[in-house]
Amino acid sequence: MDKTLHAILAIVIMAAVTFLLRMLPFVIFGKKQTPAFIGYLGKYLPYAIMGMLVIYCLKGVAPLVFPHGLPELIAILTVVLLHIWRRNTLLSILGGTVVYMLLVQLVF
Amino acid sequence: MKLKTYKRAFIHTLPVMAGYIVLGLGFGILLRVAGFGALWALCMSVFIYAGSMQYVGVSLLSGGASLLTVAVTTVMVQARHLFYGISLIDRYRGTGIKKLYLMHALTDETYSLVTGTHLPDFADEKTYYFAVSLLNHLYWITGCLLGSLAGAVLPFSSEGVDFAMTALFVTIFVEQWLTEKEHRPALVGVGCTLLCLLVFGSENFLIPAMALILLALALLRAPIEKKEEKSRG
Repeated sequence: MDKTLHAILAIVIMAAVTFLLRMLPFVIFGKKQTPAFIGYLGKYLPYAIMGMLVIYCLKGVAPLVFPHGLPELIAILTVVLLHIWRRNTLLSILGGTVVYMLLVQLVF
Repeated sequence: MKLKTYKRAFIHTLPVMAGYIVLGLGFGILLRVAGFGALWALCMSVFIYAGSMQYVGVSLLSGGASLLTVAVTTVMVQARHLFYGISLIDRYRGTGIKKLYLMHALTDETYSLVTGTHLPDFADEKTYYFAVSLLNHLYWITGCLLGSLAGAVLPFSSEGVDFAMTALFVTIFVEQWLTEKEHRPALVGVGCTLLCLLVFGSENFLIPAMALILLALALLRAPIEKKEEKSRG
């Protein structure tokens, strides 16, 4: 197959499958009254997913080799403490990111 | 009040801007190295609009993977999106034709902002959802294009700035922890994912983790709803 044609088709497939996965729950459960179990999941899933995404972001960390995930650990602690202290989303994110950048660029 | 809602959405999406521009830059550079220029970067960021999938897509394109492989890989990498719609069915109800776009633009980051932020009284929530989706998409497109066009010549070291994404998820996690008394779902999310990461390794843990989370939440439904009733009196 021609390289350009292959690339176009591949992109169309990636886009279509991705859209389908994003749309499916709305199509399956969206029409009528949401089933009780789905309503329950809808309410509590976000808490679980946020935990999942945090771990997902950290999947590349190798705790057994230097720097043992220390930059991530310190930066995450910074975010948590900042957020408990001020409850200001932007401050927490900015503070944690700056700490992380300083750690990976200057310290470790 | 639309403008005010957009302003609020802009402020909320600033961390996503930082993360998307950096991740987009990386993608644009990779794609160019693989032999596909700015027009390809533009099309992929507009129509696929998914960080990890586009990174995987670069190797699918340059390696000439079979179209069946492309389809199966996309399902594997993107399966977590099946989760997201479930909690947004009611939030996105009645958005009309815009719903098509809201569904298309449903990334990890958009999902977490839409489900995780408290709106001030003046804000119209449907406008807010649309604004967050659109702004995030624009950041992503900008990043991908910049990477493709100017990627090699960055004036300063941005190493580590992509931590903004992790920080965003951690912040929302903490915020949810402080506002919601029921902590078991949050613990289930962290615990199941961590367990699967250890068991299956960093390449294959996400789908088992999602299955385990669903199972755990299903098992916890009775006790959680019982507690819910009690606290309502």
